[in-house]
Amino acid sequence: MTLMKKILGATAALALSAGAALADPAIIYDLGGKFDKSFNQAAHEGAERWAKETGGTYKDVELQSEAQREQALRRFAEAGFNPVVMTGFAFASSLEKVAPDYPDTKFAIIDMVVDQPNVRSVVFKEHEGSYLVGIMAAMASKTGTVGFIGGMDIPLIRKFACGYVQGVKAANPNATVIQNMTGTTPAAWNDPVKGAELAKAQMAQGADVIYAAAGGTGVGVLQAVADAGKLAIGVDSNQNYLHPGNILTSMLKRVDVAVYNAFKTGPELETGIHVLGLADGGIDYAMDEYNKDLVTPEMLKAVEDAKAGIISGEIEVHDYMSDNSCPVE
Amino acid sequence: MEHSQNFVLFLVTLNQMITVSVVLIFAGLAGLFSERSGIFDIGLEGKMLISAFFAAAVSFATGNVWIGVLGGIAASMVFALIHGITSITFRGNQLISGVALNFLASGLTVVLGNAWYRKGGQTPTLSGDARFSEITLPFADALRDVPFLGPIYAEVISGHKPLVYVAFALVPLSWWLLYRTRFGLRLRAVGENPASVDTAGISVIRLRFVAVLIAGVLCGLAGAYLSTSQGAAFGREMTAGRGFIALAALIFAKWRPWYLLMATLLFGLLEAISNLFPNIDVFGLFTIPVQFTQALPYILTVVILAGFVGKAIPPRAGGEPYVKER
Repeated sequence: MTLMKKILGATAALALSAGAALADPAIIYDLGGKFDKSFNQAAHEGAERWAKETGGTYKDVELQSEAQREQALRRFAEAGFNPVVMTGFAFASSLEKVAPDYPDTKFAIIDMVVDQPNVRSVVFKEHEGSYLVGIMAAMASKTGTVGFIGGMDIPLIRKFACGYVQGVKAANPNATVIQNMTGTTPAAWNDPVKGAELAKAQMAQGADVIYAAAGGTGVGVLQAVADAGKLAIGVDSNQNYLHPGNILTSMLKRVDVAVYNAFKTGPELETGIHVLGLADGGIDYAMDEYNKDLVTPEMLKAVEDAKAGIISGEIEVHDYMSDNSCPVE
Repeated sequence: MEHSQNFVLFLVTLNQMITVSVVLIFAGLAGLFSERSGIFDIGLEGKMLISAFFAAAVSFATGNVWIGVLGGIAASMVFALIHGITSITFRGNQLISGVALNFLASGLTVVLGNAWYRKGGQTPTLSGDARFSEITLPFADALRDVPFLGPIYAEVISGHKPLVYVAFALVPLSWWLLYRTRFGLRLRAVGENPASVDTAGISVIRLRFVAVLIAGVLCGLAGAYLSTSQGAAFGREMTAGRGFIALAALIFAKWRPWYLLMATLLFGLLEAISNLFPNIDVFGLFTIPVQFTQALPYILTVVILAGFVGKAIPPRAGGEPYVKER
């Protein structure tokens, strides 16, 4: 009995010290899952890149339900992982509660601002990138009608939509933009069937370029658009390879860079709000061998001009989340 | 022949109504058979999910979508059998058994998907013969120029994937089976008054197992439709509550096959409308927000349940395990 106790005690001590001494980083993916071919996958790629370059190890977990957020955060903080990175705005309220309990652990949250001394909040200027792909969409459209399909109806997704519409109107003031949101619950990130039906509905109304900002639902959108031989625009990760010839471009949100940077600095993570945009490469659009035949030199020039204009401050793209309204429809 | 923009939109709405209601027809009929025999089935969702996964996985492995559909049906029938054993043989609580199956399907699909494909629970994208493609009915092109009816035939009735026609054929078949055959009479009786069926010398247990397994086949078709016909891959939780909407449609239809067809088409129409016209402007007076159209099926079901419009009376012996008198 005593021997048993000793062994148990020793293992427990070992486990504790091992956890504390290693201080490996950890990452928690949101409900979309780390292979959603989009947002979470970008985060996963950033973590993998860090592991490959430094030879370090990290721990990750994919959530299965809403209820696991706080539990997963506490488990990683308790085990001594530092920093703990989480992808997604939905972690905000859990992190708000958990962060003060572990003052020595650094947390990084992507897509949301959490005001705690040991938290880094990374947010992106998605409206800038959406503006650029909007220009491309308007120029590639033959019908003058383009579409937008969002995931869950939240201000962040409206920010994508608003930037996109501004870009479309900048390139073609007479263009029509059809907008749909998949739903109002988190299930809207994971409903490829509904995404496909929405895409078909938009194409029936004349849309020939559709931008999907909808996580796993977007996979269905891209599939339906490719089946119909029209053009789609991917989001977050570079999705050009999914349907070569049918994906005009992808709006890149370098979540991988944010994760990579957080992992690289380790426990000395600088806290506070970090805003990534076009100027620092946190936001971009994708050009590769899969879409080079779809993008004409004129389109490329227009997009590059707009990009330079946004970086220099000449073009101001309205941010939906600054006042929860969009100047154009 | 050129049509006005409004007429084209009308055709598109009807077309979408059909594609989105098919999964509800399959699942609703599954619920119909099961509940008419006295076995509540809240596990429609789980059976559809497991079938969607196996249909996609088997299609991907064999490259033949019909074998994939059989794979989906087989997986769904295994789940139906578990439901039967727990709730008929061991007289367990039917609701709990159904909920457990939903959880099992939700977890199992992701675990197996991760182990086999390492894509976070998704299956690889299906292409070519591993997924269904549209079939054009005879004379669709020839009749296109007939005024009004021609385009409806060509755009709405023709040009769907095979399982769509299977679903619409199953409605009259189910009606015939339930109301015009001896088997159907017994099946309905066993859901109302199992003791009388037993007195007549017919096995209650056997009848209920048959009903539950028929539900398994139909849920299998529903799941396979989602992943190989409407979509082109399995994604985790891709049923997204459609099993529960089907249950709502079943209540709305008062557990009758033809009413069920109407209810599912109505729910499908509402979804098609919310897809095509997110915000409906009523003569410039006010707008109906998309959330209202999306919630309407549930509101209607609650209204029916509350007894305002007709009354929905479930099978009398529903939910109660049958205990033979000793």
